[in-house]
This record gives sequence, C-alpha cells and structure tokens, in this order.
Amino acid sequence: MTCALSIKNLTKTYASGVEALKGVDLSVEQGDFFALLGPNGAGKSTTIGIITSLVNIGGGSVEVFGHDIVRDKEAAKSCIGLVPQEFNFNQFEPLIEIVANQAGYYGIERKRAYIHAEKYLKKLSLWDKRHEMARDLSGGMKRRLLIARALVHEPRLLILDEPTAGVDIEIRRQMWDFLREINAQGTTIILTTHYLEEAEQLCRNIAIINKGCTIESSAMKDLLLKLHEETFILDLREPLSELQAIPGYKITQIDKTTLQAHISREQSINELYAELTRRDICVLSMRNKSNRLEELFLQLTGNGEAA
Amino acid sequence: MNLHEQFTAFKTLLTKEVLRFMRIWVQTVLPAAITTGLYFVIFGKMIGSQLNDISGYSYMDYIVPGIILMAIINNSYANVVSSFYSAKFQHHVEEMLVSPMPNYLILLGFVGGGVLRGLVVGLAVTAVSLFFTEPGTFNIAITLVVVILTAVLFSLAGFLNAVFANSFDDISIIPTFVLAPLTYLGGIFYSIDMLPEFWQQVSLLNPIMYMINAMRYGMLGVSDIDVSHALLMIILFVAVLFAFSLYLLNKGVGIRS
Repeated sequence: MTCALSIKNLTKTYASGVEALKGVDLSVEQGDFFALLGPNGAGKSTTIGIITSLVNIGGGSVEVFGHDIVRDKEAAKSCIGLVPQEFNFNQFEPLIEIVANQAGYYGIERKRAYIHAEKYLKKLSLWDKRHEMARDLSGGMKRRLLIARALVHEPRLLILDEPTAGVDIEIRRQMWDFLREINAQGTTIILTTHYLEEAEQLCRNIAIINKGCTIESSAMKDLLLKLHEETFILDLREPLSELQAIPGYKITQIDKTTLQAHISREQSINELYAELTRRDICVLSMRNKSNRLEELFLQLTGNGEAA
Repeated sequence: MNLHEQFTAFKTLLTKEVLRFMRIWVQTVLPAAITTGLYFVIFGKMIGSQLNDISGYSYMDYIVPGIILMAIINNSYANVVSSFYSAKFQHHVEEMLVSPMPNYLILLGFVGGGVLRGLVVGLAVTAVSLFFTEPGTFNIAITLVVVILTAVLFSLAGFLNAVFANSFDDISIIPTFVLAPLTYLGGIFYSIDMLPEFWQQVSLLNPIMYMINAMRYGMLGVSDIDVSHALLMIILFVAVLFAFSLYLLNKGVGIRS
C-alpha cells in the first residue's frame, strides 16, 4: 500500500545560511497516528512547511499518497489539511467565512462548503460562535478553529503542528478524543507536540528529529522499550535527616520528605522498597518524575542533563 | 483541480475580496467620492469658471475623465496592496498557499478585487460628477477598455508593491512618492500642449499621461496623444506586470522561505 507520507533525504538551507534540514527520512503509513518530535529548532516546522508547500524544498523528495509535492503539487496538496502552530487566519473575518472560504480554495462549491463548515464547527463546539470575528475568540477556541478549517475539505492526511499549545487540560482532552475519532474514521494524522504525554497517549508510531536529521523512527511501544532507566519521586511519611546510601541504587534526597530514585530495567521497585523498609523509611506515595517518553526523548536528543 | 473547481476557488477569493472592501465602504469607497467632489467644486466650478475652454470643452468637462481615472488608479492600487500585504502580514495568505489553487488564480483573485473596487469607486465618482456636468460619452467602448485595463494595471502594481513590502511603511511609500506625482503630472488638470516644449517631452515619459488621455478621448473625443498608441502601451504594461507577478508568486518571493 502507498504510504500516506514518504520523505527521503530531505534537506533545506535557508537564504540566511542556516542549514535547517540535513537529511530527514520519514515514512508514515496510511491510517497511522504518527508523532513527529524534536527539540526547538530541530527542523520539525521546516519539514511540515515543505510538506505543505509553505517552504521551498531544498533537496530530497516528498510524496503524499504517492504524489510528489513538486511534480504533482495540486494532487499532493489536495490530500493535506494543516493545523499550523501560529494563528494564521484573518482576525477580522467571521468563523463561518474563514472555514467555508478554505473549502472554496479546494474547489468545493459554496453550498457544500457551508455544509462542511457547519459539520466541523459543530463537532468542535464553535457553531454558536460562527458569526463572531476570529479575533474575539479565546485561545482554545482559536486552536479549534484551526482544526475545523484544516478538516473542512476532508483531507486524507491531517498535520497538526502543536495543536494543543496553550490549551487547558479539559479542552486538550476533548481535542484528543476528537482526533482519535477522526483517526478511527481513516484520516492519517501527524502530530508534533511538546507535550510528550500527548504523543504517548495518542500516537502509534513516532519519529524524532534533532539538528535536522531523523535520529529515531519506530513504533511507540518499541521505542519505550529502549528506556533503560526511569526516575521516580518518593514522598516519605516521616522527615529524614540524612539518607544512607543504598548499594546498587542511585538515590538522592531532594528535601527531608522527598527522595529521587533512578531505577534501571534490571532493577525492581520491590527490592528498593524492601531496602527502604529495612531502614525504617516509609514511602507514602510514588510518581514518575516525568513521563516515560519524555525521559527517552531527553536521552536521545542529548538533553538528559537538563532534565 | 478541474476547471470547475478552479472557477470555484477563484470565485471564493474574488467574493472574499469584494466583501472585504464593501464591508469597510466608509474607508474604501466614500473618501474618493468626497475628495473628487471637492476637486469638482474647487477646480472645476470655482477656478474653472474663470478659465477659457480647452480643446472646445469647459474646464469642468475637461478634468472629469482624468479625475474619474485618478480615483480608479488610486483605489485599484490601494485595494490590492493593502489586502495582499495584510494577508502576508497576518499569514492568512497561507490558507491559499496550502490549497491546490494554482498561483495564477491567486493573482487573478486579488487583481479582480482591485479592479472591482476601482470600478465601484469610478461609478461613485461619476455619480458625483453628475451634480456638476454631464459626463461625455464620445466612445463608450474605448472608455470601458481604458477603465478596465488601467484598473488591472494598477491592481498588478499594487500586488507587486505588497510582495516586496516588509512593513506598513513600504506600502505607503510608492503611492505617496511615485503614484501621486505621476498622476497629478499626468495631465488631469491641463493639456500638455500648455507646457513648454521640454516639459512636453518629459511628460511623454509618464505612463499615466497616456491612460488619462485615452480616457479623455473615450469620453470627450480629444487627446494630446495617439489613442491606439496609448492602448498598446497599457496592454504591454499589463502583460509585463502580470508575467512578473506570476513569476514572483511561483518563486514564492516574499511569501515562502
């Protein structure tokens, strides 16, 4: 089966001389929910810009459902819906016009464009606001407007560039449910996000870009198996004046009632508890310091120290 | 995109552009009607009544074609330069760039909006002129051709200005320092026959002078220059500016990195 997206040796050097992409390779299967991650400046937005024709391609090739984005540009563009990182709609236009006009640019007749606009504005709980100017919406509503606009021509590939940035938890979870729903209906989704919990919750496959190159591309569960060590925070019942070293374990005392423990895949938390109990240290609760994907991400991108 | 889809995309952009300037008609249509009304009162009525006829027409009749065309030039230009620059500045031009809409349709959509604003303003100014005189109808076909081609030409010029503009200052420099002097020195208020020989030759370098004289020929039947020469020149400018604008759009100058 043809890939939804196939990128081979993609390179890009901007006029300023900045080499944003040094050879990105990606392959996204049809129907996938795919995470594209990387630290700031890694090249994610440039990659998305090239896929969506907002940035001129440097070298290499990009195919969307088998359509080359240079030779078969119109067909490739017809398959894509983009939710950009920044709000890029006319702030002085009513929502219904923004969404219906976008459908029109894809050749959808006005009457049908309004029907599509109604469908997606309702799905994203914006129908009541349809006659309001975009500038009068809250941040969360503007994010949802970007999604409605990207979906109005019913693309086969939806690309979301940090769609939940600045959105509160309740709306974020509603957006997750909505994205899962449209993915279940067959839309391939590529997601970039800085909320790695989001990527872990939603995506089945993942690629990590760093310094303009693909450094990892695999199934999410396979990638998480590569995590050799997890960091846990232990809250203690009684204050501890000084922690004696526990052989074989990397444990640091953060304050009198909090410990930080690094547990490798070969070690067991039960054994650690046993050692602590032996020292009359009672653990009240335990949590991951950060989410598993986040730890792995920091290890792979060489930013582990910052964690 | 098949032809029907392309037409739908073009219609969408054109409708959006027309609604944009009609929604703010107090800023886009009314000022031209008021300004030109003042020209008619001050130059046509008060000063013109003290002057001799030019080429057999009263001064009021003589300046009407140029004033209508000046309004069309300014408004076609202003519409596209502000609309396309705003689309660039707010990034909503990306709505079109990510779509399969071909670049030539994007250009035609913006130019179409400029032309229609020029025509609406031209009609408003013509309506104002009815309070002072009866506009000439010597050759309506030539008048319409000049009006439409001039509106297309200055819409394209506005588009080019917007492509290269990096700030709101950049979109006011050309209209203030280039367009306004060329328009006022293009023979709206005088015949170039009134100028010394040297300045007559200098005036021939001003492209707007050809348009104003062609318009005057269409309405009154008088012109300082050969009308076929003027029309050919406008068509040539339109072709060159259209090709250059499309080239810039295809290259992504000012809109794609």
